[in-house]
Amino acid sequence: MELNTLTAHELLDLIKEGSATSQAVLNCLYNRITDIDAKLNAYVRLGATPPEQAAVHSGPLCGIPVSLKDNICTDGLATECCSRILSGFRPPYDATVVSKLKAAGALIVGTKTNMDEFAFGSSTENSLFGATRNPWDLERVPGGSSGGSAAAVAADEAIIALGSDTGGSIRQPASFCGVVGMKPTYGRVSRFGLIAFASSLDQIGPIAKDVKDAALLMGVISGYDPGDSTSVDVAVPDYARALGDDIKGMKIGMPREYFVEGIDPEVKKIVEDSIAKLRELGADCREVSLPHTEYAVPVYYIIATAEASSNLARFDGVQYGLRISDKGGSGGLLDMYCRTRGNGFGQEAKRRIILGTFVLSHGYYDAYYLRALKVRTLIKQDFDRVFEDFDCILTPTSPTAAFSLGEKAEDPLKMYLSDIYTISANLAGIPAISVPCGFAKSGLPVGLQLLARPFAEETLFRAAYAYEQNTPWHKMKPKIGSGAQG
Amino acid sequence: MELSKETVKSLGALARMELTQEESGLLSAQLEDILRFIDKLKELDTSKTAPTSHILPINNVLREDKPGRSLAVARALENSPQKDGDLFAVPKVIE
Repeated sequence: MELNTLTAHELLDLIKEGSATSQAVLNCLYNRITDIDAKLNAYVRLGATPPEQAAVHSGPLCGIPVSLKDNICTDGLATECCSRILSGFRPPYDATVVSKLKAAGALIVGTKTNMDEFAFGSSTENSLFGATRNPWDLERVPGGSSGGSAAAVAADEAIIALGSDTGGSIRQPASFCGVVGMKPTYGRVSRFGLIAFASSLDQIGPIAKDVKDAALLMGVISGYDPGDSTSVDVAVPDYARALGDDIKGMKIGMPREYFVEGIDPEVKKIVEDSIAKLRELGADCREVSLPHTEYAVPVYYIIATAEASSNLARFDGVQYGLRISDKGGSGGLLDMYCRTRGNGFGQEAKRRIILGTFVLSHGYYDAYYLRALKVRTLIKQDFDRVFEDFDCILTPTSPTAAFSLGEKAEDPLKMYLSDIYTISANLAGIPAISVPCGFAKSGLPVGLQLLARPFAEETLFRAAYAYEQNTPWHKMKPKIGSGAQG
Repeated sequence: MELSKETVKSLGALARMELTQEESGLLSAQLEDILRFIDKLKELDTSKTAPTSHILPINNVLREDKPGRSLAVARALENSPQKDGDLFAVPKVIE
């Protein structure tokens, strides 16, 4: 068996008993990347070697290579958000999650994973480096925006990876690629060193081959950080301890609004089968209602673009990245700003900057931005009410399996609607996990999403692990480009 | 909501971002579509609802005003497209 096909916890056992070395794992991984990444394009800037890392001989991730999305800063190692405007950027510091990984003994993979520019997208097609392909079907998207991380994990080109999730960018690609992905509670994981998209929604989280690996990685990256004033000082539990507990009597709510129009009937059937499985395991599954569900996407595209338009103001050709000015800069500073930004941002980034600028502009602020903040309150209250009586909420992660490359690229609204089931968790700040729950006839994986109250990641791990251990889905591997294999 | 090509152009100017004629035209059509969709929010009565700008019950996060580690000037300037000694250099601001 090739080492790169194993999970982090399996490798940790092998390394501990001396039957594998971290160098051997790294070699296997780099061979795999060399062999297949030309087909997938899950990584960008191939061949980049990380600066020397002091060897750490202990720690919960000792010797395990971790792959990082291209928006997570690494000291001296290129981080470009897959955008032209950040070309050549080598951060002068590590993100807090990266410092934590290094302290835990993890090895940082030198090349970053592909993403939609600035995480603007649901398909990883909006990247300066070209689209990533889905390992289960090369003509399909891997989801996005953390599509590179999800595809790399699914294709055994990564042992484990980090992504970021602003409206579903970890969970939807995890679902499309048949792997596990978690968006933690807002404030659970430090955002220091994550290049900001929408600061009130962004969270970094794990993408892994199974639930145990996701729990392991969450244990390492979670915790209070004075460098992020929105991180929360709540003790980090031992997530691995939640695994293996039974789910007898666990109360799970299925919001009726998620199972109506727009959902692919095959996806619906697969998710219903998984509900039957959870009932068999002793969970008490009942229908609930989240009445403001249909307003989540419009609220999101006001708040997220408003925050993005402010956050992206820093890319102005002065401190880092691209600068374009006319000959000798005779047009002055303003001209340099406009040329740099006009040339440096891709189409989706421009669309969001313009929309965000509009909803914040004089005369429209109350009608759009302020109204969206109010409806955000209503969406949060929907969840609060359900969590008074339920431990978690179950939904499909996405209304369909992976769609075709180019299918939604020309229609932004259609693309935005593919996040319809994942966006609410970001608006409400609650944790959510996507776990593989079956395959469509086309051979494409389908994911199931579980959501819980703030800081109840343990509940999600417990339920997801119980489900996973009683189903075969997480063991399925794609034969690159030709559907499901046992 | 109508969002003309001219409005898009002026939003581009506010955002300090050059847009070609073609881009402004395309954005105008696409954003009108998106705004029509967003107008769905007007169905709701929000007159008695408080806005949520931050999801967690934390506010006024303050810390001691103690000097800590900061980037050395040379490192902070490493990524700059143009520098002048210890400073970021930009095209002239005042005529």
